Amino acid sequence: MSHPLLETRHVFKRYSSHTALDDVSLDIPQGRIFGLLGPNGAGKTSLIRIINQITAPDEGEVLLNGERLHPKHIADIGYLPEERGLYKKMQVGDQLIYLARLKGLSQREATERLKRWFIKFDIKDWWDKKVEDLSKGMAQKCQFIATIVHEPKLVILDEPFSGFDPINANLLKDEILELKQKGSTIIFSTHRMESVEELCDSIALINRSKVVLKGEKRDIKRQFMDNTFTLEYAGSLILPDEYEVISKTELEPNVYRTNVRIGPGGSVNALLTLVIHQVELKSFSENVPSFNDIFIRVVGETATQALLP
Amino acid sequence: MNKIILILQREYMTRVRKRSFWITTLITPLLITAIYAIPALLFFAGGDLKTIEIIDESNLFKDKFKSGKDYAYTFKKASVTQAKADLKKNKVTALVHIPANIIDNPNGLEIFSEKSVGLNLQNDIENIVQAEVRNQRLKRAGIDTQIIEDNRVNVNAETYSLTEGQEKSSNTGVSMGLGYAIALLLYFVVFFSGSQVMNGVIEEKSNRIIEVIVSSVRPIELMMGKIIGVGLVGLTQFVLWISLTIAISSATTHFLKAKLEAKAKTELSSQASQKQVEAAVKQMSEAGPGSKVMGIMDTIGDLPWGKILVLFLFYYLGGYLFYSALFAAVGSAVESPQEGQQLIFPVTMPLIISIMLMSFIINEPDSKIAFWASIIPFTSPVNMMARIPFGVEWWEIGLSMALLVLGFIGTTWLAARIYRVGILMYGKKVTLKELSKWIFYKV
Repeated sequence: MSHPLLETRHVFKRYSSHTALDDVSLDIPQGRIFGLLGPNGAGKTSLIRIINQITAPDEGEVLLNGERLHPKHIADIGYLPEERGLYKKMQVGDQLIYLARLKGLSQREATERLKRWFIKFDIKDWWDKKVEDLSKGMAQKCQFIATIVHEPKLVILDEPFSGFDPINANLLKDEILELKQKGSTIIFSTHRMESVEELCDSIALINRSKVVLKGEKRDIKRQFMDNTFTLEYAGSLILPDEYEVISKTELEPNVYRTNVRIGPGGSVNALLTLVIHQVELKSFSENVPSFNDIFIRVVGETATQALLP
Repeated sequence: MNKIILILQREYMTRVRKRSFWITTLITPLLITAIYAIPALLFFAGGDLKTIEIIDESNLFKDKFKSGKDYAYTFKKASVTQAKADLKKNKVTALVHIPANIIDNPNGLEIFSEKSVGLNLQNDIENIVQAEVRNQRLKRAGIDTQIIEDNRVNVNAETYSLTEGQEKSSNTGVSMGLGYAIALLLYFVVFFSGSQVMNGVIEEKSNRIIEVIVSSVRPIELMMGKIIGVGLVGLTQFVLWISLTIAISSATTHFLKAKLEAKAKTELSSQASQKQVEAAVKQMSEAGPGSKVMGIMDTIGDLPWGKILVLFLFYYLGGYLFYSALFAAVGSAVESPQEGQQLIFPVTMPLIISIMLMSFIINEPDSKIAFWASIIPFTSPVNMMARIPFGVEWWEIGLSMALLVLGFIGTTWLAARIYRVGILMYGKKVTLKELSKWIFYKV
């Protein structure tokens, strides 16, 4: 029964001088936080603009809830662009009502919902202020409200944390998780890998207009695990050839941390047995690559490939 | 469609709520009223009699200087040095010295005063002296004064325009002035509103709110909403101007009339009957500067105002729509008003050309150039309006209107194609060539 909330099928987008999207196919399941990653200029914004129907793909199609994108879907999508902006001379309340009405809410509904949000964020006294009198962080909060006030099925957040102080960033994080709980699907485009680790369920990595990596966060991590382990111990340790010591650092006198790769013929159990007999083991863990590592590895690889003739 | 209405509402409300909108809306009718009310007020205020002393050593001018309500001339027998010294003490505005040999030496005329004499007074005195010197010289040459008098002829042509088989007294000066005024007004309004559209587009783009908006509406809806909204602001202002001008000027006329009556009453005796007062008022307003104004008023009243108004509204809307779409397109391509000023020149050039053509057209409203300039949509709004007070054939007006409608549909289409590309394009210095390429982009 369940088709993904958003599906892109073989999407191409070409501009006069370059190809922005090259055969991009993605499935974004309902109720998940989906990380759209990639270096600058990879094509993320082009894809987001297509999903928002700001531009149209040259080839391929985009389906929302199994239907081809249609102007009526505008009300189902909320979009927070990376470059934020509001009308500076307009009052906050009027402005948010206007934006909500453009998304199809009635004047009354928009006012009611916005008032509720203003109470929730404890910013009631901003209602009559002009946007130019707000600080950057305050304006960002207002803009986030504008993005979700029409309760969209799909929320697209482009670098949502930029410009937020840690307190407000946490507030925003909680809101994002709450949206997910209520069943919204969130596309989350960012460079900040620590927030990807924290929030995303699945990701797609776009590089040079192609999807180079996609899937569940767990699966991708597993894919990038290289069978290396970190040990901390006191004493001196000698291992047979199946276990390759990649690095060794002395943390305190006679206390070491080593990275060990288990080669063919070795196993975790065997390694541990060897270790326990020789040294006092303080900790043992498998090295799980961070998204930062994965990002650098994948993007770096293609970058070097591109340099080859 | 719904969204266009939302957008134009916002554009309209934010502009109409601005203080600057109300300031210009109120000040303009006041200025228009002031232009005709101030001379009238000066007429009442001008009761200050100025004394002019004349030392006439030639003894030719005794009857030539006649005291009026502004100046009192007194003749004095004294030395110039003495009179000059007494100037201030005797509260004399100016001292005129006419030397004995004025006939042979017309440049010997001297005027002394404490403050500088007004140009009017100087002209009056010079004219009187000049006329008499000429008479005296002609007489000396043996020409009879009677002949001179008989040859003083003034030609004043009465011009008539033949419309609808009816002869109407027309006043070419009034038509010219009106043509100028209406065409200039149209030029300014189109230029001003167009710039507002451009700056609005630039604001949205440099604010970056554009990306949020175009994820909710189509770019053409945003553009049309803005153009129509700003256009309605212009229209509102125009309607307010007309109604306020009528209101303020009729109030002023009322006030002036009351003042005229009061003045007439004081000049007659206090027991004068109402009829006598009315007669005096009539006499006062017919004599002097009033009569000339009345003549012009008659011609203005004879003009086809309904037609002018309807055509003005049409050409304002047509010209505005024609140009504002282009203004919007340019606005979409730049990121600051300064950049916009540079790129807008090719768009405003036809407007500027139409103003240059206008001064020619006013002089020859039926020439070939006038015809074409008022037919081609780039120049027709300004130039057709310049011709209207002179009378233009209906088929010409029809053709010009039809072409203008086609023209603005064309420019709007073209502009929309540039606009949808431009609003999402950042960090690129755009040339006209680049703009024209955008027309053919796929989005």
